Formats: sequence, structure tokens, C-alpha cells
Amino acid sequence: MLKDSDRIYQNLYGQQDWRLAGALARGDWNGTADIIARGRDALVEEMKASVMRGRGGAGFPTGMKWSFMPKQSDGRPSYVVINADESEPGTCKDRDIIRNEPHKLIEGALIASFAMGAHKAFIYIRGEYYNEAQRLQSAIDEAYQAGLLGKNAANSGWDFDLVLQRGAGAYICGEETAMLESLEGKKGMPRMKPPFPAGMGLYGCPTTVNNVETIAGVPTIMRRGGAWFAGLGRPKNAGTKIFCISGHVNNPCNVEEELGVPLKDLIEKHAGGVRGGWDNLQAIIPGGASMPILNKAMADVQLMDFDSLAAVKSGMGSGAIIVMDKSVDVVKAIWRLSKFFKHESCGQCTPCREGTGWMMRQMDRIVQNKATLADIHLLEQVTTQVAGHTICAFGEASSWPIQGLMRAFRPTVEARATDYQPPQTVAQAAE
Amino acid sequence: MVKLTIDGIQVEVPAGSTVIQAADAAGVEIPRFCYHERLSVAGNCRMCLVEIEKMPPKPQASCGMPVSEGMVVHTDSEMVRKGRRGVMEFLLINHPLDCPICDQGGECDLQDEAVSYGRDHSRFEEQKRAVSKPDWGPLVRTTMTRCIHCTRCVRFTTEVAGTAELGGTFRGENTQIGTFIEKALTSELSGNIIDLCPVGALTSKPYAFTARPWELRKTDSVDVLDALGSAIRVDARGAEVLRILPRLNDDVNEEWLGDKSRFAVDGLKRRRLDRPWLRENGKLRSASWEEAFAVIADRIKATAPEKLGAIAGDLNDAESMLALKEFFTALRSPNLDCRQDGAEFDASRRAFYLFNTTVAGLEEADALLIIGSNPRHEAPVLNARIRKRWLAGGFTAGLVGEAGELTYPVERIGVGTDALKALADGTHPFAEVLKAAKKPMIILGAGALARPDGAALQAAAWRLAAQYNALRADWHGFNVLHHAAARVGALDLGFLPGKGGKSTKAMLNGGVDVLWLLGADALDTKAIGQNTFVIYQGHHGDAGAARADVILPGAAYTEKHGTYVNTEGRVQQGFAAVLPPGDAREDWTIIRAISAYIGHALPYDTLEQLRAHLKASYPVFGQPFIRLAGNDTTAPLANPAALSAEPLAPVFGNYYQTDVISRASPTMADCVAAHYPAKAEAAE
Repeated sequence: MLKDSDRIYQNLYGQQDWRLAGALARGDWNGTADIIARGRDALVEEMKASVMRGRGGAGFPTGMKWSFMPKQSDGRPSYVVINADESEPGTCKDRDIIRNEPHKLIEGALIASFAMGAHKAFIYIRGEYYNEAQRLQSAIDEAYQAGLLGKNAANSGWDFDLVLQRGAGAYICGEETAMLESLEGKKGMPRMKPPFPAGMGLYGCPTTVNNVETIAGVPTIMRRGGAWFAGLGRPKNAGTKIFCISGHVNNPCNVEEELGVPLKDLIEKHAGGVRGGWDNLQAIIPGGASMPILNKAMADVQLMDFDSLAAVKSGMGSGAIIVMDKSVDVVKAIWRLSKFFKHESCGQCTPCREGTGWMMRQMDRIVQNKATLADIHLLEQVTTQVAGHTICAFGEASSWPIQGLMRAFRPTVEARATDYQPPQTVAQAAE
Repeated sequence: MVKLTIDGIQVEVPAGSTVIQAADAAGVEIPRFCYHERLSVAGNCRMCLVEIEKMPPKPQASCGMPVSEGMVVHTDSEMVRKGRRGVMEFLLINHPLDCPICDQGGECDLQDEAVSYGRDHSRFEEQKRAVSKPDWGPLVRTTMTRCIHCTRCVRFTTEVAGTAELGGTFRGENTQIGTFIEKALTSELSGNIIDLCPVGALTSKPYAFTARPWELRKTDSVDVLDALGSAIRVDARGAEVLRILPRLNDDVNEEWLGDKSRFAVDGLKRRRLDRPWLRENGKLRSASWEEAFAVIADRIKATAPEKLGAIAGDLNDAESMLALKEFFTALRSPNLDCRQDGAEFDASRRAFYLFNTTVAGLEEADALLIIGSNPRHEAPVLNARIRKRWLAGGFTAGLVGEAGELTYPVERIGVGTDALKALADGTHPFAEVLKAAKKPMIILGAGALARPDGAALQAAAWRLAAQYNALRADWHGFNVLHHAAARVGALDLGFLPGKGGKSTKAMLNGGVDVLWLLGADALDTKAIGQNTFVIYQGHHGDAGAARADVILPGAAYTEKHGTYVNTEGRVQQGFAAVLPPGDAREDWTIIRAISAYIGHALPYDTLEQLRAHLKASYPVFGQPFIRLAGNDTTAPLANPAALSAEPLAPVFGNYYQTDVISRASPTMADCVAAHYPAKAEAAE
């Protein structure tokens, strides 16, 4: 179990003051200028040494991502965009960071932007996070007043501006290129890659998009050293992570833990256990709505890190753990996710636009016991026709829950279909 | 250059190309719906998937994938076929099965690709999506249930046409392409989205349910409804021209066509002159060719040569104008003019009246000054080219005159000729733009030339071009944008008053006793002298025919083999798609016949002989097209003091009805009703 002294987020539960005074008491903004004085390359190296993987879901090594940014400007400015469009069902970690530790995020934005040569960063916050946006804005205002942002930010010699932009409430705007489109004032539709944002991002300029949790962890890593962070967790899956445990547990919560913690420990120790005991567990979605579901046998032994979850064809995602006990109709639960993805598809590219609706309707028929075994087989094929054929990862996000259901709960799904006889189309002779 | 291998074929393409371009270069066919070489890359249909070695093991969209050295691409692997079949199935699940009643049938990309990648039956058992049909005006018929959301129409209107009036509303499978608030499309290039639409979502409204593409006889021709000379294909069935589509010509129209040129086609069937007519006791009666010729011959023989005159109109082919000119020369009459709008200017050198920069050359220019023209109406395709140049960046445009909204920003310098003076003496800031430009160009509109001070405007524009270094050996920046398709050809033929001859103005008001109007309808027919005997040769019963004493029925441009010279001076030939209606004949043959009847037989019996004679007498008609150099800066002759202070108005305000064909077209009338609504007047 993670020692309290190793926690990055000392005020995750908002028991202390979130304002600048409280943040300073917790050690935020301590020696920021000295960190920046180490120089750009040293910070990127520190980040590489920390083995931090992006906390947004894809788990791409953050240090490497930072190193893609141009060292020498060709005349275009560089930008950092911080993804606070936390819309993945089940996920609420960024919300609590913004509510209770906003200065970690703001300080991280300054350090990360310096490390990537950006004088300006944008925080794109989910439109529904209205109160959080208010609070973050007042934290930013405080930082400006204290000279921590703006010209010569925190006496570091680096000029830095931080802009908060609210989204209008579309899941797809959490996709990094759709977010850039939306920031530019266009319809939030993902862009083709290549070109990647590091070469051509916001307004055609080099841009890096990082998750809130990734950026908020940066100041602590810089203070305590990459080696400290890398020493937590498991090889290649280092550091701490906030898990959002929801569903049929006795004590739903956000909790910061080491990566690689056993799923069962996480639920038993932090969330008060599954409602009705561990044996009453039916299924767990380990990484937010788009990650494949696990059945109880898988959940018994599952370790919570990127590679362990990928090994069972699921994923770490955003770290949102959705627990379902035996009272749940898992097929209907996944149907509800299909409905969500159908609703949130941007409609730009064919497989996702047409496929999400088709998948949802097929799921609908399975839920209503109006599908045959052949229909289930067809549904599986449709998911493979969507995943991997789209512009962005939404194709995977919308098909993986169904594929996961088929892997983990095949007998349950098929039981829905065995008794069903489709109505016969009777040919009638013309009179 | 980058070398890569596609299906085992080595190709070399410029760096920055995409895989689909490389495949096109290699001759490997890749299906596509959203990709179009003249539009930005959207990458949304996912039909062009290919497999690229050493990339993540999933199919890649070739339209957006840049080539890299040594790339190995497979376009027909199992992964690719599976991917494309999947995409095709998705495209079809919500596409209606209404091919039998869809106008796109037979020329539908979706149909064609479904043959390669479609299933023999549908696995989709849910309800299909259906959406309403919005009204986009009189030209484009919408059936949005068939839409596959490729966004070609959105990108065309946004990028090429410059009227960002289409877009996607809603999200996911509820996405609808449309104008958001239902309205008629305002672009003069809106018809092109019909060609671009890969399915039957956007079809031609006037042509709806008329024919199947395989029933049509396709003939290459040249558009005459503006002076750009766009390459067109005339589709006819039997004796009827059913539609006109653009053909590719990168030097002129790329692959676009203005709405008037495309949709005025139904005017070719209406108000046609299909037999000769004679006026007797103030009323026209139909007559035989023999009768008509006899009356004309009597008149001409009884009239002194200096009292004979001929005016050529705007839609004529060079052959008929040559025949008429030589006929009048044989009659010893010097009274010829091709400028029915009354324009009088120095046409002694070709450079004085051509679009010298050329349409394609326009893309090299970095500053543009428009004088007395509205290119958006006078040559919409050229206007799109200007917009394309502006989009590329580093280009500034200025306008002197009253033109309405254009599709690129222009600095409005002034509406009158005082603005030209301000540019000449450098007091207006736009003078600095012209001075700083490496390749400045000036466009002088037909409306400016037709003014009483047209010659002075021509000279003033030329002198501006010389002053701002637009006339050089390597760059000719002086341009006249004509509107009449026949004008440059006629000027090249010297269809102008001979020694002591009368101009259009002088021929009116009784200046001549016998006036031959060759398709001339745009002049003020009321100004023709009361006792002038008018012979009208043409194809439509319009203003000229109404005033005529004898009507000789001619052929429209789709009905004759004709040579046309566009505003750049490019000589182009069109072929006859159908026969002229009734007793009507190709125009040059009418003149040839009457010349023999009168006893001055012209020296050619066939079109080949006429063309040989044309090329021998006027060598420009036989030479390949070249851009003129601007090293001779001698200005046109004119009295600069003659500039009047009147505002410079465009040649016309109503784009849709400018000539006999478009005036006879019900579709164009619908467009006028939609775009130029009659002002409501209160009853007394």
C-alpha cells in the first residue's frame, strides 16, 4: 500500500484549503524557479527517468512525448494543451484535482510548458465542470496576482500565460486533435494523423496535449526526482495513479495508489469492498467505459497497471473502476455504454458513424432477447469492422466494451439468444 | 522526389504527396468517396484503406498518408479487402435501395464500388435512417437520405466557391449535410456539387428523371455563355440536348462550370427559330429559304454598299463571322462591327484586348487590380481561380468599380475614375501594394470597355500596368475580361469597321439601309432606323428577331462545329452534338448560300475548306496558344481627358439572364426568381 509520504495529492479529499495559501503550505510552488533553472533538457530527461506514462488513457511515455517538441522554433510558437475534458463515464480524478489541488496543475503547466518551450498553455475543461472551471479560474487568477503566472512567472525568467477554455459538452473533444479543433473554434472532430500535433497542432503550431493528472504530477516528480517516481509501482508501469472506484462498492471513492496494485486490494481496502462481499462480484470495468469488462475470475487476480491489463486484452484507460455485483444485467450495462458511444460519435468517418448505431441496435435486440446466435456472431464481426478503421480511437472505444463482453461473458450473452425464434417471413402467393 | 513501391510497382512522386496520389501515378486504382484532388483531404469515408508495411498492423487511409522513402504499399491484400468491404457495408446499411429511381444510377461511385466490395445480401436487419429533403433552390435537388457524408460539397462551397453555406449539423449517425437554415444556394458554381457528389444525394433538379447516362450521346464542346471558353461535354439524346457537364481543362476551367453555362441548356429548346420568316405588312410570316433569299438579294442589290451594315453578336463561332465579313467585303461594304454593346477602343494589337496573364498564369500573380468588372458574375470559374490564388496566400486584390460581393477580400479603392487617377499618382495606399508586387495584374472589365470613355479607360489601365511594372518580357499583367464568347474571335478576325466604315453606333439610327444582325440581340433594337431593313440571322426569337424584316434560322453552339477564341486568346473548337431544329442551318452555310445567290460566291464549300482559309488568312487561328510577352509597352490610342466621372458599373447585374439562351431558359428564370426577387410595390 502506498505510504502517505509518497502521495502526490495531499489534499485529494478537499479537507484542506485549496487556495494558494493552502497549496503553499503543502509545498506547491516551492522552488519552482530553481526547477526551471535546471534547463529544458534536464527536465525532459527527469521526466523520461520517471517512466511516467500519460494518465489520460493511452499510456504513452510522457518524457518521450515532450521530447518530440521542436527544440528550435521555426518561427511558430509552441503550445501546451491540458486535457481536462474528463468525460469518460466513471472517471472523476481530474475533477478532484481541479477542485482540491488546482495549484499542482497550474505549477505543472508552467514547468511542462517551459520544458516544451511553450509560452502559452491552454486548459480545455469539460463544459459540465462549471463549478470546477470557476474554481480553477480563481486559482489561475490568484497565481497571476502572486506573480506565479504571466511575465517572469514565479521569478523563473520564463514568460508564461495560462488560458482556461470551457468545452461545450462533447465526449469526442477529449480526443486530442478534436480538442485542438474545438479550441480553434471549429466543430470538435478529430484530425487525421499524421501530421501529429507535435509537428502541426493548435493553429498549425507544434502542440503537446497532456492529461490533467500527468501535468499535475510533474512538480512533485521534479522536486523528488524521477527515480523516486520510477521506484513506485512495477517496471514500465511506474508511479502513482488516482483510481476512481464506483458502482456496487460500499464506499465509492477516488484513491491514489501505486500502479500494479491488485484490483481486489484496491476495492477491499479503499472502497470498503463489494456490496454483499467479494463473492457477490459479477464484473468490473477497469478503466472507464471504453475498456473491456472483466469477469470475477479475471478480477480476482488482476493487477492494476497498463501492461497487466493489456495482457488480458483490457486496458488501464483513465483508471475508472466500475464495479458491478450480481444484481446487474451485464448485457444491458454494455448496451447502455453502446448507447452512449452512439450518441457521442462525431459522425465524421464512416465506420464509427454507421457502426456505433448498428452496434447499439444489435445490443438492444440482445437485451430484449430478440437476437439469434447468428446475430451475436454478426455483432462481433461488426465490432472488428469498426475498430482500427477510423480516424481516431473512438472506433476502438466503442467496440471494445462489446468485444470484452463477448470474451468475459460469452455464455451469459448466448443464453439470451438460445430460445429465440425469429419471426418467419411467410411467402404468400398472389391471389 | 520520393521512391516507393505500390503493389510491386516502383513509383517516384514529389515529396509531400500522399499515398493515393502515388497510386494514381502508378496506375493503381484505389476506391475513394471523400477524396478529391482539387479539395482538401478529409479522410472520412475510409474507403481508400491500404496496407503499409512497417506501420501499425491496421489499414491506413491512403488519402491522408504522406509518402516516405522506401514505403511498401499493398492495395489488394486480405487486410485491405476486408477493411474496404467493412466500410462498404457501413456505407450501405443506411443508404436507401432506391437505385432504380435514383438519377445517379449508372454514374454512381457507390454503385460502382459496391460491385467490387459489396455483399450479395444485406446483414442489416434494423430500421434504415431517413431524413427530409431540404430545398436548396432551383438547381440542386437533394435526397439527403442517400448522403454518405463525404463532405465534398461542404469543402467545395467553402474552399472553391467561397460561399461557406454548407456544413454538417448534428452528430454521429444523425449528422446531416445542409445549409442549416433551409435556403437556395447562392454560389454561381453550385452545380459543381452535383458532379462532386459521389452518390445520388445531390442531383440536378432541372434534369431530374430525364435520362440515364447510358442513353446519352456525349460530345465535346466549348461553353459560350461567358468568354472563358470552359471545356464542356454536351449530353444529348436524339435531337435534344439534355445536359451540359464540365470537362477537364487545367488551363481554363480545371473541372468546374458556372451555373448559367450548365443549366441554361433548357433554353436551347425554347423560342427557337426553326424556319425563315418574312415581314409582310408589319407581320412576320413563315417562308421558304428561296423566298427569304430572293427578298434579301433584291434589297442588297438595290442598296449602295456604304448603306449596308453588319453587326455580329456575342455567341457566334469564328467561321460564321469570317463568312459574313468576307461576304460584306465582296459587297464592298466597310460597315462591320462585332461590338454590339457600342464599345469603341483600340484593338490594333492583340495585347490590348486579351486576358494576357492567362487564367492559369493568374496563379503566379501577387497583386490584382480589378477595374469595372465583377468577375464573380462575368466569369464565375475565373473568379474561383482568383479565390484559389488568394487562398494560397501572399496575394492582395483591389477593386475600382461597383462590383458586389466577391469571394475573396478586395480593397475597395473607389467606384469612379478618380480612383484610377489616385492610383496613377500614388496617393492611394493600394498604389504601394502594386509597387511592391512582383507580378501585379490588372483586369479591365467588359462593362468598363463598353462605356463611352472605354478607350480612355483602356489606355488608363494599360498605363497603370506599365507604371507598376506589369508589362515585362516575362510577365504580362494587363488583362481584359470579356463577357461575350465571340468577341475575341471577332476582334482577331477584324470584324470591325473598315476604312470609312461605320461602327455599331453609326449604323443605328438610320446609318445604314440594310442591317445584317448575326445573332446580335444585346443592342438597342429601338435605335435601329425606322426604314432600315433588318436581316436577323440567329437561333432564338429574341430582341433581334422581333425587329427583323427577314429571319434566317441559324444554329446554336451545340448544333454546329465552331471555333471560339476565349478571353485569353485561346482558340478552341466545339463539335456539333445535335442537328439544328427544323429548317435551321449552320450559320456559315447560310451566308455561303446567299453569297452564291447574289453572285459573290465565297471560295469555300466545306467546313474544312473554310477552316483552311481561316487559318491561312488569320494565322492566330492555326497557331498553338502562347502567352504574350509584355515588352511592348506602347499604350493604346485614346484621349485620356475623355475619362468621365461616372461610377464603373459591372457589365450586368443579373448573372442568370445575359443572352438569348439563358433568357429562354425556364431554369434561369427560376434562378432569377430565387435570387433577384421582384420588389413588392404597394398598390395605389
